[in-house]
Amino acid sequence: MQELIARAKELLADGTVARVLGWKAGDLPYNPEAAYFETAESLDEFVYNGFCGQNLSKMMIEASKLEGKTLVCLKPCDTYSFNQLIKEHRVDREKAYIIGVGCKGKLDVEKIRKMGIKGIQGISGAELTDDCEELHISTIYGDKTVAYKDAMLERCHVCKGKEHMIYDEIIGESKDTKDADRFAEVERIEKMKPEERFAFFQKELSKCIRCNACRNACPACSCRKCVFDSTKFDSAQKANVDSFEEKMFHIIRAFHVAGRCTDCGECSRVCPQGIPLHLFNRKFIKDIDTFYGEYQAGADAESKGPLTSFTFDDVEPGVVAERG
Amino acid sequence: MSIEAKEEFRPKIVAFCCNWCSYAGADLAGSSRLSYPADVKIIRVPCSCRVNPMFILRAFEKGADGVIMCGCHPGDCHYTTGNYYARRRMTLLFSMLDFIGVENGRTRVEWVSAAEGVKFSQTMNEFVEKIYSLGKNVRLEDLRCRN
Repeated sequence: MQELIARAKELLADGTVARVLGWKAGDLPYNPEAAYFETAESLDEFVYNGFCGQNLSKMMIEASKLEGKTLVCLKPCDTYSFNQLIKEHRVDREKAYIIGVGCKGKLDVEKIRKMGIKGIQGISGAELTDDCEELHISTIYGDKTVAYKDAMLERCHVCKGKEHMIYDEIIGESKDTKDADRFAEVERIEKMKPEERFAFFQKELSKCIRCNACRNACPACSCRKCVFDSTKFDSAQKANVDSFEEKMFHIIRAFHVAGRCTDCGECSRVCPQGIPLHLFNRKFIKDIDTFYGEYQAGADAESKGPLTSFTFDDVEPGVVAERG
Repeated sequence: MSIEAKEEFRPKIVAFCCNWCSYAGADLAGSSRLSYPADVKIIRVPCSCRVNPMFILRAFEKGADGVIMCGCHPGDCHYTTGNYYARRRMTLLFSMLDFIGVENGRTRVEWVSAAEGVKFSQTMNEFVEKIYSLGKNVRLEDLRCRN
């Protein structure tokens, strides 16, 4: 991290970049927040550790409108989103100086809490320079040690790889943390009976409070005007009053990012209710892979997306009913 | 004396028909005196590609028991490629509806040309029969919209 700060200071000093987009410490040890740094002194507050899960690509949409270059810290999986945003002409590559920061898996404080660890005062072992095998947590009830893997975000168990897709320079080492099958959960649900699937989603989606956090965090949800903000639309910006609205919101939101979703997992990470929203996106990705050939959104900035292209002999929609 | 006579189930079915082929096909079915159930309500759209996934969900919200989309045969689109895009979209949407547990028989896509009045009436008869067997749509309806 010191290396990163030193380099950022250097780039600020020689005028290559006008500001740095990174993280600073939040009010608790496990919630660093995204922040702009415009001076060398302010960079002393810069923080980068295992809890910096936020995908900063989306913030580059606004930063592209500012004067001068912005130095942005992107983790390997964030670079997919950045590529996708370039493809959609939402960010300006020329306005960004991308430092590919290393990543050894990001942490989920909810998982730590679920282990019964409460009253967290400090966490160590989550710095990039650590080997990220064990976490030492000091709580008001004493010190605890947990395996780093057990506290990782769901998305890090299906890591897309440690390679940055786009960068100007790379600082820090990355680790491929993949240890599960990406589509395992989707396949498990597909095998259930329709009524079981319905009950499962009814239960999950009924938790939704329509806070719009998933939409606001999603790098693919970058429309200037969102359909869910339209006052002509019944469920605009309000809590669901009917189970239909929950389903409609989540189906439509997932559909709007289908073929563009890089599976960065931000939606599930930010959901205050813990709804596994990535399941919808994964289902679309799985379908796209089976019907139209494997496609990873954001792997490059040129290829056509699966829903903006076609072939003459695509499968017919009837395939869904035939599949049973 | 029974106060509530048990009402017979009459499905509400929405058919999105493209202006250039399927709507003309429905017209031909009519002028050829072929019959199809009155439960089908046709909505004319400029092209099958005009059908936004939201339209389908909206139809279900408002109480439709089945939604069918008809368009020109692939390759015959009036706008050259519209139905190819529509085909991909609907495949994904139907798969998602199936995934969340909505019966997959409630949605269907059929390509009907302006010369296929017979196919139009047959398709509608089949689809309505299917919806009768599935019964009322309870998994995707807005209770407030129930009349």
